[in-house]
Amino acid sequence: MYNEARPSPEILMTMFRSMALLKQNDERFRSLLKAGTLAMPYYSWRGQEVIPSAMSAALNPDDYVCTIYRGLHDSIARGVPLKHLWAELIGRATGTCKGKGGPMHITHPASGVMVTTGIVGSSMPIANGLGFASQVLGDGRVTVAMFGDGASNIGAFHESLNLASLWKLPVVFLCSNNGYSEHTKFEHGTTVKNVADRAVSYSMPGVTVDGNNPLAMYAAAKTAVDRARAGEGPTLIEAMTFRFFGHVFGDNDFYIDKEEKAQRMAQDPCPAYRSWLIQEGYAQEAELAALEAEAEAAIDEAQAFSLESPFPDLAELGTDVFAEQAA
Amino acid sequence: MSEDPKPISMVAALNQALHDAMGADPSVVCLGEDLADREGGGVFGVTKGLSTAFGDVRVRSTPISEQAIVGAAIGASLAGLKPVAEIMLMNFTAVAMDMIVNHAAKLRYMSGGQTHVPLTIRTLTGAGFGIGGQHSDMLEAWFAHTAGLKVVVPSTPAEAYGLLTTCIFDPDPCLFIEPLGLYRVPGPPPPPGYRIPLGQANVVRPGSQVSVITYGRQVGDAIAVAEALEAEGVSVEVVDLRTISPLDVATIIASVRKTGRAVIVHEAVLSFGPGAEISSQINESLFGKLKAPVRRVASNDSPVPYSKPLETAFMPSRDRIKDAILATLEEPVS
Repeated sequence: MYNEARPSPEILMTMFRSMALLKQNDERFRSLLKAGTLAMPYYSWRGQEVIPSAMSAALNPDDYVCTIYRGLHDSIARGVPLKHLWAELIGRATGTCKGKGGPMHITHPASGVMVTTGIVGSSMPIANGLGFASQVLGDGRVTVAMFGDGASNIGAFHESLNLASLWKLPVVFLCSNNGYSEHTKFEHGTTVKNVADRAVSYSMPGVTVDGNNPLAMYAAAKTAVDRARAGEGPTLIEAMTFRFFGHVFGDNDFYIDKEEKAQRMAQDPCPAYRSWLIQEGYAQEAELAALEAEAEAAIDEAQAFSLESPFPDLAELGTDVFAEQAA
Repeated sequence: MSEDPKPISMVAALNQALHDAMGADPSVVCLGEDLADREGGGVFGVTKGLSTAFGDVRVRSTPISEQAIVGAAIGASLAGLKPVAEIMLMNFTAVAMDMIVNHAAKLRYMSGGQTHVPLTIRTLTGAGFGIGGQHSDMLEAWFAHTAGLKVVVPSTPAEAYGLLTTCIFDPDPCLFIEPLGLYRVPGPPPPPGYRIPLGQANVVRPGSQVSVITYGRQVGDAIAVAEALEAEGVSVEVVDLRTISPLDVATIIASVRKTGRAVIVHEAVLSFGPGAEISSQINESLFGKLKAPVRRVASNDSPVPYSKPLETAFMPSRDRIKDAILATLEEPVS
C-alpha cells in the first residue's frame, strides 16, 4: 500500500499515536460542538492528520513551528499539553494563553509553537524571523511554517519564499493543500497546477507529496528538515490532502461535490494506516486499541479539566498589553 | 571651561545610537531596504558603517518586501533577538500593516504573556519636501490607536539618540518615527549612554498663559513662536510629548491646569488625529477650569499635495501656531 522507504518502527508508532489522538480529538470536539457543550470557532482538521504527525516526527523537540487557525492539530502533534489546549479553546484561565488567545492563537513556546495566526499567510514571514534568529544565534534549530493552499495566493507567501531563499534560512514551508481555500476550489483561485510549482520562482526545491501517506509525508518532511538544518536553505512542501468537514464548523460544504467528498472520505488516511501497521506486523490489533484507549483517556481528562477550569480574572483584561502591566 | 560640544545632526545621532546598541548587545540586529554598506548604509546614511562593523549576519539589506521585513523582525524577536527593522518611509508601513497591527502588537497579549516582541521599527516621514501624497504622511494615530504598540517621535538629535536607545532595549514593539524635516538640523550631542524613558513628556519651555502640546518637528516651531510671543508679553509653555503612546497624560494635565489654555500642534491631519485624544483627556480632567476651548493646529484633511504653495498651506506653520495661541488668549474668561 505504501511503497516508500520505511522509517524506524518507533517513528511509525509515533506517527500512529499522533494520528489517533488527532482523529479522536477532532471527533470529540465536533460531537461536543453539536451537543452545545462547547462553543468556539472551530476549523476541523479531520482528514489531514498525517501531515503534522509526520512533520513532528521529523523535528527535534526544540525546533519551532508557526501555524494557522486550522492548526490545532499542528499544536497537538507538537506536544502542546492537551488539557491546557482544551482550556484555551473555551477561554479558561488554565489555557495555554490564559484564555486570552483562543483557538486561533495557540502559543506554547515550550512545545515550539511560537505563533498561531488567524490571518491567512502570516505564519510565513514570522517563521523566516525565527530562522533568521537561528542563523544569528547558531542554535541549529529548524522552523516550519504551516499554511494552506489558499495562502499561496497572498503576498506574504511570495515575499517570504523569496527572502528565505535569498538568505538560505533554515525554514520549511509546509502547505497542506486540501483542495479548497474556504469555499473556493483550488483551481478556481490558483493559476498553477501545484503550489509546489511556485518554488521554482524562488530557487528552492518544491515537492508535491501525498499528504495522506505517512511514509511519503515523513520522507518529504525529513529531507526538507535535514536540508534546512544543514544550512542548505528552505524547501516548499505541498502535502495533498482533503478536508472532511468544510471550512469552519457549521459550514455545510455545499461547494464540495458530494461524490468527491464520499470518495475522499472512503480513503480516510487514519484507518488505512492502522490496517497497514497490523498487516505489516508493526503492531497487533490489541496494541493499537490500547493506544487509542490511551488517547481517549487523555481527551477525557482534557475535557473534564477544561470544563472545570475557571474563567480568567477580569484583572487579566489589562495585563500583557505591555511588559510594564504584566502581573 | 571646556568648549561646547560640537553639534551633530539627527542622522548622526541615530547612527551613533545604532552603533552603540549593536556594540553593547549582540542580540541587536538591523534589517531593511538598502541598509548595509554595500547599498550605501541607508538612503540617508543612518545605518552607515553598521554592516562593516558588525557583519552581514547581524546587519542585512532586504528586498523591497515590507511584510517580510517586519515578519522577520517579529520572528527574530520571538527567539530572543532585539531587531531594529527599517521601513524606509512611513507610508510603506501600510504594506506591512498585518504584521505590525495583527502580530507585533498582539502576540504578547494573545499568548498570555508567553511570548513578546521586543522590536523597533524605524521609519522616516514628513511633508514639505515635494514628494507628494504617498511619501510624506504622519500616520502615528493609526499605531497609537493599536493597543500593544509604543509610538515615539523625537524632536532633536539628542532626543533621537536617547529615545531610540530606549526603544531598542524596550521589551515591547516600538514604532520610532523620524521626522525628515529634522534629519539635518544640528543640535547638541547626547550625553554618553543617554536613555529617555518612554511615556514621559518633556516641558521644553516653561510658561504661564498657554500650553502648546506638540512633538517631533513642530517642537522647534512651537519654541520659535513662544520666543517671539515672549517679546510681546505672552508667556507660552511648550510640552514635547516624545511618545504618542503611551501618552504622558499627567504632564499634559499639569501644564494645562497651570495655564488654563491649550493648543495642540501636530503635522498629522486634523480629524481623528492625536490632538483629538489629547483634547479629550484635557476636557475629562479640566472641564470647567479651562479659560478657553482647546485648539488644534494640524495638517489639512487631505492627502499631502505636491505643488509647493499647496503643500505649504497643508501643514501647520508658525503663523498658524501663533494665531491659535493668540485666539485662546482672546477667548472670554467664563
